[in-house]
Amino acid sequence: MSRLGTITRRTLLVGAAVVAGGAAFGYYSYRRPYENPLEADEGEAVFNPFVKIGADNSITVIAPRAEMGQGVSTTLAALVAEELDVELGAVRVEHGPTSWAYYNAGAMEESVPFAFYNDSAVAQFVRDSIGVVGRIAGVQSTGGSATIRDGYVRMRKAGAAARIMLTAAAAKRLGVPADEIGSANGILTHEVSRRSLTYGEVALDAASEEAPDDPPLRDRSQWRLLGKSQKRVDMMDKVTGAPIFGIDMRQPDMLFGTVRMSPRLGAKPVRSDVTKAEAVPGVVKVVPLDTSYGGGFGVIAENSWAAFRAADAIDVEWGDASYPSDSETIDRMLRDRLDEGGGSAFRDDGDIEGSFADAPADQVVAAEYSYPFLAHACMEPMNATARRKDGKLELWAPCQMPTITRWLCSGVAGIDQTDVTLTVTSMGGGFGRRLESDFAIYATLLAMEADGRPVNVTWTREADTRHGPFRPAARGRFRARLGDDGLPVAVDMDIAAPSVTRSFVHRGLPWVPMVMPDKITVDGAWDQPYTIPSYRVSALDADLGIPVASWRSVGASGNGFFHECFLDEIAAAGGVDPIELRRRLMADYPTAVGVVDKVAEMSGWGEQLPMGKAKGVAFTLAFGGWVAEVVQVADTPDGIRIEKVWAAADIGLALDPGIVEAQIVSGVIYGLSAAMGQEITFADGMVVQSNFHDFDAMRMHQCPEFEVAILENSPKMGGVGEIGTPPAAPALANAIFALTGKRLRDLPLSREVKFA
Amino acid sequence: MQITINGNVRELDVDPEMPLLWALRDVAGVLGPKFGCGIAACGACTVFIDGQPVRSCVMPVGQVSGAVTTIEGLGEPDALHPVQQAWIDEQVPQCGYCQAGQIMSAVALLAEIPNPTDEDIDKAMSGNLCRCGTYPRIRAAVKRAARSMGEA
Repeated sequence: MSRLGTITRRTLLVGAAVVAGGAAFGYYSYRRPYENPLEADEGEAVFNPFVKIGADNSITVIAPRAEMGQGVSTTLAALVAEELDVELGAVRVEHGPTSWAYYNAGAMEESVPFAFYNDSAVAQFVRDSIGVVGRIAGVQSTGGSATIRDGYVRMRKAGAAARIMLTAAAAKRLGVPADEIGSANGILTHEVSRRSLTYGEVALDAASEEAPDDPPLRDRSQWRLLGKSQKRVDMMDKVTGAPIFGIDMRQPDMLFGTVRMSPRLGAKPVRSDVTKAEAVPGVVKVVPLDTSYGGGFGVIAENSWAAFRAADAIDVEWGDASYPSDSETIDRMLRDRLDEGGGSAFRDDGDIEGSFADAPADQVVAAEYSYPFLAHACMEPMNATARRKDGKLELWAPCQMPTITRWLCSGVAGIDQTDVTLTVTSMGGGFGRRLESDFAIYATLLAMEADGRPVNVTWTREADTRHGPFRPAARGRFRARLGDDGLPVAVDMDIAAPSVTRSFVHRGLPWVPMVMPDKITVDGAWDQPYTIPSYRVSALDADLGIPVASWRSVGASGNGFFHECFLDEIAAAGGVDPIELRRRLMADYPTAVGVVDKVAEMSGWGEQLPMGKAKGVAFTLAFGGWVAEVVQVADTPDGIRIEKVWAAADIGLALDPGIVEAQIVSGVIYGLSAAMGQEITFADGMVVQSNFHDFDAMRMHQCPEFEVAILENSPKMGGVGEIGTPPAAPALANAIFALTGKRLRDLPLSREVKFA
Repeated sequence: MQITINGNVRELDVDPEMPLLWALRDVAGVLGPKFGCGIAACGACTVFIDGQPVRSCVMPVGQVSGAVTTIEGLGEPDALHPVQQAWIDEQVPQCGYCQAGQIMSAVALLAEIPNPTDEDIDKAMSGNLCRCGTYPRIRAAVKRAARSMGEA
């Protein structure tokens, strides 16, 4: 099938999923806005779904995205404040209600099967079309590193529209033309007559002014806040221990709870005895659970500790796993899938088969790589709070997809969505884990058994670590043919992994068939800005039956390791410096060359290092962020120490450089943590790891120094939250190769080396 | 049983085996200390007992023999502890979930070693896990707090 044919079919399938989802979604005509979900309190005016102003001059901005540390509440508010002519400190920022009006179109626009750098008319047409699907579906989500890209125009227009309405109302009040009124710091001034009004004084009148459809936006040269590092709006709460997280939700007369779900994922109990559990002091009830996430038990108790103890005391025999029960067999299935062949080529340049047909053996590089399943390990364990009372369901949850979570919970409760409210709390980490709804579904089911009392349902760390859904494991088989100059003339990559999209869709919409190949399986490998005459990257779907999910940077989280370590092998085999190799293969993409040059300059690449130290480099384009990283390692008596990381990231436009820098560092540490030692393995159908003693992450004493450069040469704005992660593992593995001569092709690296 | 929390004597009707963390959170309503692991492996639940940092998730409340101080007892928005102020000045928190524990560990470190070296910081802070990777800013904030407390 032609590429366009394939694409159109995929687009239609996405559309079909939306229709099949039916009541999950908002009904929305493309041109008609969703109803504004905000209601005005007494003495308060609502201008649009993002701005409220009170007669007391209070200004509230709705930042309807999950704040899980990435700083979106601050930058979304700054976008509004910029156009509203107020300081960021003058604004109160709220997440706001769960509503289709807060759809995320940006998250879908890069889900299309075109690389980020592809600006062809077809690519743009499909991006625009899928963006419309995003609007129609009304999915309020935080993911895809898309919050700021999605909000960049929308939030500024919300601020500009409110300012124009305030100005119009002030003009009427003062009896002067609107264009003679200026605004600054929440005050409207008629310079000529030296009269002024505060926003609060005209807010109630202004809200009934006509809202401009397409208010003009300030030129970048006029920005006061954007482009400069702001003080984050959530700092005070977070240094004083304020109860802002889901786990901190407290309601009058509240009960506590936990769950004990089948450690064989998706299985159910075959025999159980809850007598001992019910006898634990403080226990109110033990409730059997049977959900699309699996079977098990919930416990309702007077406090979390009693609930934990009772959950432990349930005597239960679990059913068999529906997937291979140990890691060796799982890995063999991935190998078998590679042997079987027949993948879907997301990239197929030149003539791969022809390139290898006559290749002399000494010009071929071949290698097999793997990466493991991973848990997200958010600091705040999964939790949610629910109350079912008087035919209504109230939910409080740290979740990344509130419209979907609300819909799924309304389904299990048998309560219409209009009678379900979901308040999104701050979250102690998300990393993709909170795109799921399991924690909210369990809380809903326990609330059904709690006689109208609210229940705060918190998982143990063990439950959180063991139940996934996980970042998929994958295995890749790669070959390259070198030309006489040492550069590759052909690269062929087969990647076998379970489909994240199918697994995710199946949990929410089990009746929707998912038959198309999943781009996520090869993201981070098929879409990289290298020009190689013959270049093929194929996805081989391996349906293992283990639930898998998005994990910070999703496909690129592991495929960056595959692609960039294999490229390092090619460079070594061809006798070409790894930086020089990239410069030459990337010559068609100046943004990519720019970050590679920058990171080489910052890190002093090529300079002589003392014995026992070495550097490695990697590059990944993901979520619109072009990122090159250099890692320096040192051989020490205690093991390998990661001394320093240099990162150069081009995101086109950095609205808050301080937050961007924090996110790049965060992404690198997240990636290094996984590369150094994290893996989820299976035995007897159960996850082996359980807590931070055997699923740990980087600690203070292991943390390297950082130097980050933020570039703005990319013609398009990129995401930030996930882009630091993909190059971290390969840059580390490549540095270890440079240090030891040992090529590490399997994550985590701790299988082969010890870290200090 | 009676327990002093942030200077207030509280009467709690709890099983003495209950970890202090849950007595604080679910019974006394003190929510600053966070639950992260339950096995003293992450430090999110760190509180002081008579000024000494302890992991409240593994400390039976019946064995608490001194006054308990949590992040709430350290400072308040209009009267922050210098360490909290340094955390704001360096813009440390991201998700923020581990930060109450991080701050408590940093306060304990500075009480013992007013001018800590990088090694001192490594040693004192490695028990506190942060999944957002705020370590470089934590290090900077500890040093900033040391300077400001030295001047005071």
